[in-house]
Amino acid sequence: MHTSDAIIEIRELTFGYDAGNPVLDSINLTVKRGQSGCIVGPNGGGKSTLLRLLLGLLTPDRGTIRIFGESPAAARLRIGYMPQYHQLDGAFPITALEVVLQGRIRRGFWGWYTAADRAAAMASLEEMGIASLAPRSFAALSGGQRQRVLIARALACEPQLLLLDEPTANIDPGAEEQFYATLNILRRRMTVLTVSHDLGFVNREIDLVICVNRQLTVHQAGAFNAETANAVYHHEVNLIQHDHSCFCSCKHPEECGEGRK
Amino acid sequence: MIAFLRELMQPEWMFLRYALLVGALASLSLGVIGTMVVTRRISSLAGASAHAALGGVGVALFLQRVCMWTGFTPMLGAVIGAMAAALLVGVINLCAKEREDTIINVVWALFMSVGLLFLARTPGAIDLQGYLFGNIVLLDRSAIWRTMVLDVVVLAPTVLFYNNILAMSFDATFAELRGIRVKIFYLGLLALTALTIVLLIDVVGIILVIALLTLPAATAGCFTRHLWSMMILSSILSWVFVTAGLLVSSRYEFPAGPMIVVLAGVVYVVGLAVSSRRKAR
Repeated sequence: MHTSDAIIEIRELTFGYDAGNPVLDSINLTVKRGQSGCIVGPNGGGKSTLLRLLLGLLTPDRGTIRIFGESPAAARLRIGYMPQYHQLDGAFPITALEVVLQGRIRRGFWGWYTAADRAAAMASLEEMGIASLAPRSFAALSGGQRQRVLIARALACEPQLLLLDEPTANIDPGAEEQFYATLNILRRRMTVLTVSHDLGFVNREIDLVICVNRQLTVHQAGAFNAETANAVYHHEVNLIQHDHSCFCSCKHPEECGEGRK
Repeated sequence: MIAFLRELMQPEWMFLRYALLVGALASLSLGVIGTMVVTRRISSLAGASAHAALGGVGVALFLQRVCMWTGFTPMLGAVIGAMAAALLVGVINLCAKEREDTIINVVWALFMSVGLLFLARTPGAIDLQGYLFGNIVLLDRSAIWRTMVLDVVVLAPTVLFYNNILAMSFDATFAELRGIRVKIFYLGLLALTALTIVLLIDVVGIILVIALLTLPAATAGCFTRHLWSMMILSSILSWVFVTAGLLVSSRYEFPAGPMIVVLAGVVYVVGLAVSSRRKAR
């Protein structure tokens, strides 16, 4: 059942790399326009697999995924994707601006960039607060700076849906605060889905907490015993309503909300 | 030195002049393809392709001498063998999730063995040494034309699709998500790599051709921060190594291939040391 304001609609999706051993089993998920979410779960629980399915890099064994009412492959150009930077060759000869320009590829003839592409790439770098790094070699940047360059590249695609894979991994705490502030600004403009095993991430201004561990459970952010949660996280948090159907078995079930009712 | 240059102009040094010219022309393709092979980390795949050329040579000589297919030259066999091996590994990589290094080694050994078996049943003298270590005496006018064609075939798509190639080499997944035909570009790169390798076999031989392909690019990679500047510097270095190696080896009567590779290797080690000291500061 497709609703017009659904950005992502997953119905009874099953996927496994080996037959009879599903990584994701009959999962359902609806993300509506204006909502943002965080995908959490233990390693090997299927977070990255879900991300690859959303990007159309994998095909479901059963069930359907619609993004903007289309197949993931058809919706690709409206999605901005940020991989983890350590998946890339750290010694590759390329500048930060050249990386961000990749978000503008295929807009010109033969894939050549126009002045407008360069302006858009610079604007994305500025939005991430790293315009001064544009001519620097990507290989010479710190982990946090590389992460920001890759987000800027995703923004240069002018996406309506932004998928970020572990954006706070390898970022120092100071830069993390700054990153959350940037993310909150972006969330006003587009749907942002973040993959994270950093549970601290969940507590921010996020509407949905998507818990993936073979099954998928969505927790709506809502009012819920603030004092207990604050004590767990040691700072002000947005709370997460949990229900009993959560199959989540994260490393820290208490932080995730498991067992707390 | 001048005496040496004058000597070079003598008719009996004709093959050396051809070698210098082929080397200079081939440097363009070497720099471009070498850079892509190094940055995409497919040098062992290129190694398999080079050795598979021998398989093609073996089959071609057999067909020429036993079956009397006179048009099936060793060069044609080498091109077919090298390309078939590179594309075979490439397609298996794309379609099946097998261990890449295993596939490469299997194809490498299999193609070479088939070639050697065919050579065992081929009558007449066979210059196996020449194929393995290079033989610049074999170079003639046609080699110059072949290398010119190779340069056009390599450089034209590289210039036209530079941004796509850059995006794909850096992050193939992202490039695919932006609608670039990543698989076609990948197989195209493998085909061009195989072609470049085969055309250089006469100069440095099957065993050393990968060194000539990767060492200048790896050296250039220590000092550049763009893919295009790495390609240009790598081409210049290739030309310097080939030229210096050919001149030194002919002057002191050494085989050319090893001399070129030793020069390139020494400069690479020096370059690596210099650049890592610079980064450490």
